[in-house]
Amino acid sequence: MALLRLAGRRLALAVPGLLGVIVVTFLLNRALPGDPAAFFAGPAATRQAIEEIRARLGLDKSVPEQFVYYVRDLARGDLGTSLTTGQPVLRDLATRLPASLELTLAGLALAVTVALPLGVLSATRPGSWVDHLARVVTTAGVSLPIFFTGLLLVYVFYFLLGWAPAPLGRLDAFSTAPRQVTGFFVVDAVLAHDGALAWAALRQLALPAVTLGLFAMAPIARMTRASMLGVLGSEFIRTARAAGLAPRTVLVTYALRNALLPVITLLGMVFSFLLGANVLVEKVFAWPGVGSYALEALIASDYAPVQGFVLLMATLYVFLNLTIDIVYGLVDPRVRIEA
Amino acid sequence: MSAVPLMSVEDLSVEFRTRHGVVRALERVGFSIARGETVGIVGESGSGKSVTAFTVLGLLPPAGRVTSGRAVFGGLDLLTASAGQLLEYRGRELSMIFQSPRTALNPIRPVGKQIADVLERHANLPRARRRDRVLELLARVQIPDPERRYHAYPFELSGGMCQRVMIALAVACSPALLIADEPTTGLDVTTQAGILDLLGDLSRTAGMATIMITHDLAVVAERCDRIVVMHAGHVVEQAPARTLFARPRHPYTARLLASTPRAGAKLADLTPIPGAVPDLRGETTPCRYRTRCERAAAVCDRPPLPREVVAPGHVVACARPL
Ligand SMILES: Nc1ncnc2c1ncn2[C@@H]1O[C@H](COP(=O)(O)OP(=O)(O)OP(=O)(O)O)[C@@H](O)[C@H]1O
Ligand SMILES: [Mg+2]
Repeated sequence: MALLRLAGRRLALAVPGLLGVIVVTFLLNRALPGDPAAFFAGPAATRQAIEEIRARLGLDKSVPEQFVYYVRDLARGDLGTSLTTGQPVLRDLATRLPASLELTLAGLALAVTVALPLGVLSATRPGSWVDHLARVVTTAGVSLPIFFTGLLLVYVFYFLLGWAPAPLGRLDAFSTAPRQVTGFFVVDAVLAHDGALAWAALRQLALPAVTLGLFAMAPIARMTRASMLGVLGSEFIRTARAAGLAPRTVLVTYALRNALLPVITLLGMVFSFLLGANVLVEKVFAWPGVGSYALEALIASDYAPVQGFVLLMATLYVFLNLTIDIVYGLVDPRVRIEA
Repeated sequence: MSAVPLMSVEDLSVEFRTRHGVVRALERVGFSIARGETVGIVGESGSGKSVTAFTVLGLLPPAGRVTSGRAVFGGLDLLTASAGQLLEYRGRELSMIFQSPRTALNPIRPVGKQIADVLERHANLPRARRRDRVLELLARVQIPDPERRYHAYPFELSGGMCQRVMIALAVACSPALLIADEPTTGLDVTTQAGILDLLGDLSRTAGMATIMITHDLAVVAERCDRIVVMHAGHVVEQAPARTLFARPRHPYTARLLASTPRAGAKLADLTPIPGAVPDLRGETTPCRYRTRCERAAAVCDRPPLPREVVAPGHVVACARPL
């Protein structure tokens, strides 16, 4: 009950933020260089043709007027039409979002599975080889630019070793996408009992997910280590030891659960970083997600998809934070009471 | 006092390696406690009371190292026992309660569960019985409405309540020895008295030996059978409580008594102890009270520090006792 109230309050707090995002995306896009009307009319177009296109796009109206139309359309769920694809932006985003989410979640899952144990081990054995390994991995993870890691992985695993398939999207040319259930190809292929397809999708997913994972691992491992060290030195751990509790209970039930609290908060931030980092990774791996979509639109001075993308990210971000808050509340009773 | 003590600590020395050199926190500490007996360990802050307790339980921080001595408990030397043996002893045979009870409990686990964890580890109880036993224990430490408190988190309870939970947790498996490290620091005076009465009551009814660590002589005066006085990592004097109060032989004990408020004493009679606990880094003098002592003489610099039995059960570590 307290948790519901907490969620409701967080949701209400998010509303002004979302409104702000709507205003900012609108203004930002108007401030971007380039004239979309001229761009789409083509180099050979006459002055009149350009003006016609401008009128069709509503770009001949005053800025406040354009904003009113924009908000009205948004309220109807109309994000405009992409000039490049000729499709409604909402539809484009909806078909491409699963690809981005699959990639981001795979990267995050990978990062958590490696970084959490690494952080715990390096905290329980400071100065050991695990600790040093963790330090090397985390330093590399934060200091290498993400597109560089991606290109490096492609070079080594595709070009040199030939282990990975060509970095050309979610599936090779010979496979067809599974029937959509979740939109995640690997999951959908498994649901369709098509092992070969699942494997093919997984092979495509591996390198971009590892690229994102490497990037996300560093902060998670670092935070886990620091938090775990702090908790292990705290008084209630001493109490648990003095009571003769089994080392595993002390480490997992007592120490780790407490140490995870700041890590949960961090995961939210890492997830939103990853959403941003996706734009580059999708480009490198020709991954048909919303990031590469927005990037292409941006280069083409195609406003609507960019606006739609930023709004989508902002909404995702709000719900992500909400989820984090709820999870945190489930783990930490003190938050539940404060709500 | 029975012939074989429940626990005897002999010749215990502990060092800490710090950035500023080796701290000789304990030097040849020795005392013993009989079954069911209550022994007070008193001394100023930094005298090594907590380190003694942690060492006995095998809970020294990584920087600490035992350099000599034994702590024999029921035939087992706790200092050389394996980690597995110690795990069996802790919580079952000997337990400890700490100062600042609120932070000594897991903040995100219901207090009832924390007690149940100890029972699960040591007591052979079916799951269903475990919960009942926790409720019994909560009632035993006089926590009102145990059913409801079972699910409470430490932050929902007062400091005194938390200390009662801590006590319930420590005595859950009826240990033979309970070490209470300043169990009432930070609690208000009435709560203090309540906690001390509870501890006394538990040890009387269960025949549990108790080591009461405090810097407040007034706390231990009526509640302890014997008192061990520590100063800068040395045991300077130990004696039956009555003897110690009536006729202290170590100058430090006398000073400590004079600095403790007592019923009927005038405020003007209270005298603080001059100087501060000496720096324990590097080499130290045989008697670590020497620089603060008004009776110090050349003989005090001659090693080793004497340990004189002046009466049965009364030991003084002083070359020139009162
Ligand atoms: N982790 C540590 N590292 C270095 N030195 C330590 C450590 N723990 C304790 N010491 C040293 O050991 C000595 C005894 O400390 P201890 O905590 O036992 O004192 P105490 O008698 O319990 O005092 P208090 O009344 O303040 O609790 C002190 O000089 C302290 O500096
Ligand atoms: Mg202490």
